[in-house]
Amino acid sequence: MAASNLTHTGTPPVAADTEKVVIPVSGMTCAACQSRVQRTLNKAPGVVDASVNLMMGSATVAFDPSATNPQALVETIRSTGYGAELPIDDQSAFEEQEARDRAQDEEFQDLRRKAIASGIVGVVAMLASMPLMASAAHTAQGAVADPFMRWVMTSLTPPLRATLPWLYAVPAMLLSYSLLALTLGTMAWAGRHFYTRAWVSFRHHSADMNTLIAVGTGAAFLYSVIATVAPEVFVAHGIAPDVYYEAVVIIIALILTGNAFEARAKRQTATALRALAKLQPKTARVVRNDLEVDVPIDEVRRGDIVVVRPGERIPVDGEVVSGESAVDESMLTGESLPVAKHAGDRVIGATINSTGAFRYQATTLGADSVLAQIVKLMRDAQGTRAPIQKLADRVSSIFVPAVMSIAIATFVAWFVALHVSGAIGGAALVHAFAAAVAVLIIACPCAMGLAVPTAVMVSSGKGAEMGILIKGGEALQRAGDLTTVVLDKTGTVTEGKPTVTDLIPAADIVREDLLRYVASVERLSQHPLADAIVRVAKEQGLTLSTAKDFRSFTGRGAIATIDGDVVAVGNEAFMHDFGVDVASYGVDASRLSAEGKTAVYVALESRMAGLIAVADPVRPSSRAAIAELRAMGLDVVMLTGDNQRTADAVAREAGIDRAVAGVLPDGKVAEIARLQAEGRVVAMVGDGINDGAAIARSDLGFAIATGTDVAVEAADVALMRGDLMGVVQAIKLSRRTMRTMKQNLFWAFIYNVVGIPIAAGALYPAFGLLLSPILASAAMAFSSVSVVSNSLRLRRYHAA
Amino acid sequence: MMMHVTLVDWLVIAVGVAAIGLVNWYFFFAERAAVIANTGPSGRQEVTVVVRGGYEPSTIRVKAGRPVRLAFDRQETSSCSEEIVFPDFNVRQFLPAHQRTIIDLTPPKAGTYEFTCGMSMLHGRLVAD
Repeated sequence: MAASNLTHTGTPPVAADTEKVVIPVSGMTCAACQSRVQRTLNKAPGVVDASVNLMMGSATVAFDPSATNPQALVETIRSTGYGAELPIDDQSAFEEQEARDRAQDEEFQDLRRKAIASGIVGVVAMLASMPLMASAAHTAQGAVADPFMRWVMTSLTPPLRATLPWLYAVPAMLLSYSLLALTLGTMAWAGRHFYTRAWVSFRHHSADMNTLIAVGTGAAFLYSVIATVAPEVFVAHGIAPDVYYEAVVIIIALILTGNAFEARAKRQTATALRALAKLQPKTARVVRNDLEVDVPIDEVRRGDIVVVRPGERIPVDGEVVSGESAVDESMLTGESLPVAKHAGDRVIGATINSTGAFRYQATTLGADSVLAQIVKLMRDAQGTRAPIQKLADRVSSIFVPAVMSIAIATFVAWFVALHVSGAIGGAALVHAFAAAVAVLIIACPCAMGLAVPTAVMVSSGKGAEMGILIKGGEALQRAGDLTTVVLDKTGTVTEGKPTVTDLIPAADIVREDLLRYVASVERLSQHPLADAIVRVAKEQGLTLSTAKDFRSFTGRGAIATIDGDVVAVGNEAFMHDFGVDVASYGVDASRLSAEGKTAVYVALESRMAGLIAVADPVRPSSRAAIAELRAMGLDVVMLTGDNQRTADAVAREAGIDRAVAGVLPDGKVAEIARLQAEGRVVAMVGDGINDGAAIARSDLGFAIATGTDVAVEAADVALMRGDLMGVVQAIKLSRRTMRTMKQNLFWAFIYNVVGIPIAAGALYPAFGLLLSPILASAAMAFSSVSVVSNSLRLRRYHAA
Repeated sequence: MMMHVTLVDWLVIAVGVAAIGLVNWYFFFAERAAVIANTGPSGRQEVTVVVRGGYEPSTIRVKAGRPVRLAFDRQETSSCSEEIVFPDFNVRQFLPAHQRTIIDLTPPKAGTYEFTCGMSMLHGRLVAD
């Protein structure tokens, strides 16, 4: 992994313990720049040799990996004032995915070929063994021990006798030896890996699936060989020299079939990751020397102007400089509607431009890009384990030796029970042997090992499709246990951007004039509310006048002369200072305040000209999302630094019953801790900038991604969309995933817990029921397929 | 119907118990060879682990608090060993067949750190002291 983004070129020769990396450097214009970067790099700790190429715009650095790393080298280059990025990391992620896909595809093809071939051999072997069984049925020892084969024999014999009478004329000896050869061939070709892998595992004192298959089929085969080559050994002890060749071949065929299905299903668990990695365009059209040229994506430098035509995929992250369009960002954010983009707006690489054309400046590249961050986050998530898996792991690690012990115990119990109750040694041996083999064959640890990881894989992919990045199995599991969701007000419940909500002009003032006066004054003010007013005025196309004699009074208001008139803008107290009579606006003012809006008073030449209300509006989706959270049985609490009145108004509008106002950042942490002390499992939702500490403190931190930083360190879940619906979907998806994991584990356990005793003959005393080794192998082969398929069902999950 | 336990039965029981004991001793308690990591000139401890139906060596002794580089040389295509997992380090890495894959980690303190295959069937231990 450390080596994945390193380019090994081999020349010039470097000491054995160094690694090389090629780092693209941007902003170098002359030989002086080049030598400066090169000198700085060569002086950096851990650098063995650095050479900087001005033409290529790259630095080739040989370094001692124990003393430094590529990221530190990038920082070193940046310290010289030039730009540098690590080579694109998601490229290697993509290549690794491809290698894995290729391996899995080859495995699938190989397994399928072997499964089909051994299946055909199995059918032939079964037919060929019919006459042998039929003749055995007439001997003193009675019919074959395997109940499934006995049933097959009784139902197949009449038609087989009619269609292939010559088969029954073939000497039994010849049939037996032919079957021996056929089975040996199948074992050596199709089943070879079971035996070789079992053997190498055994040498390492470890045991796995292959051990069970190898011991089970190997025992059946050896038994049959002795019965064929030296039947007198059996006969002398009163045992029918039964052969189980067909069982060996069919077991191998069935297990191979199951493995082939499993290989195909496992491949599908990574579909979402594969799709993401493929989103990255290979080239970008950039402006170089006033010409538009197509360059490979890794040659794009920070600050390059990129040209995007209608319908094209946006190659890298950046900021629009000219032109406008709407962009489909659904593949990364889950937002289905196209997002309008104007100059100054951020665009994300891998999203798709619609009908407009625009130019933008490249910002984050390579491993820093949004797409690369998402891919990395997902890959990391898929590498984590959910705590629920611990039990499965513990069982898996002792599983095979335990099953072998059970098989031996089964053999002993059957033998002794039958022998003691009067059966001759031979019949006891045969029954005991079949039961022990069935135990070995039916036991399947694979399903337990696949239960949790496949669900994490599919669910993290599903989340990414919806713009929800869940950072691992533990977060998934905790999301399922939540009781309380704490929301930060500004930027989470609300838009986080104040805007003008009401204009109440005096009787003799035109609305536009009121807005124009205020905006002309506020243009010079630093106040956040002032920004909102100026923005609205500009949006309405008003021409602002130049303010003269501007004076600002902190916390109260501002005054200036506009077009010869003195305009005062501020709060109620400010108006009193100027002797303005505000009595007639009392009703409006208290109504606005109750709605959580801030009323701005405007006086023209010491007479009230009107009120302007400014508020941070609640996001349209918040109310529905909060109602949804409450319907899911979660308590919703809002935290804000605002006063109680505003907090209550927003809480009322959003449908939240508890709002804690006047909370400073430290207070948010304390509030979370207090809720946790009550025994609640608390999620904190914020923008990840002001609420970092509270997010880290909470049991499950949600960060609404802002800017280009997707992977908010402290958060467990990153939301690509500024929308509380993401929180709802994340919790629903997690709950659904937990259910899938529990189902998987339940079936994987119950399968073995029920299957092994049945195979051991637990039902025999009561119902006379014995499990055939062939049926056991069919059950085993499909138990892991069923677990993977159940996880794949998550792909079709639609969060409401 | 005869209902007495014969010598043969006792023999079968004895052999069965012995076999169970042997199986469990072999897989759980038998001594496995431990390998002490070589320390390279840079102070990094390096070990190559052959992945083939298991890990060879399966017990690796290292010094705690110092960087460790493990090269996993996967000499098979069996999907059982296609991933290596270090749960304590949050590492789950795909091992391409017939290639060496480098895992770098630093055991923070003395102790035993398990590593397993993706399905927790194959086991190895990194013992830091």
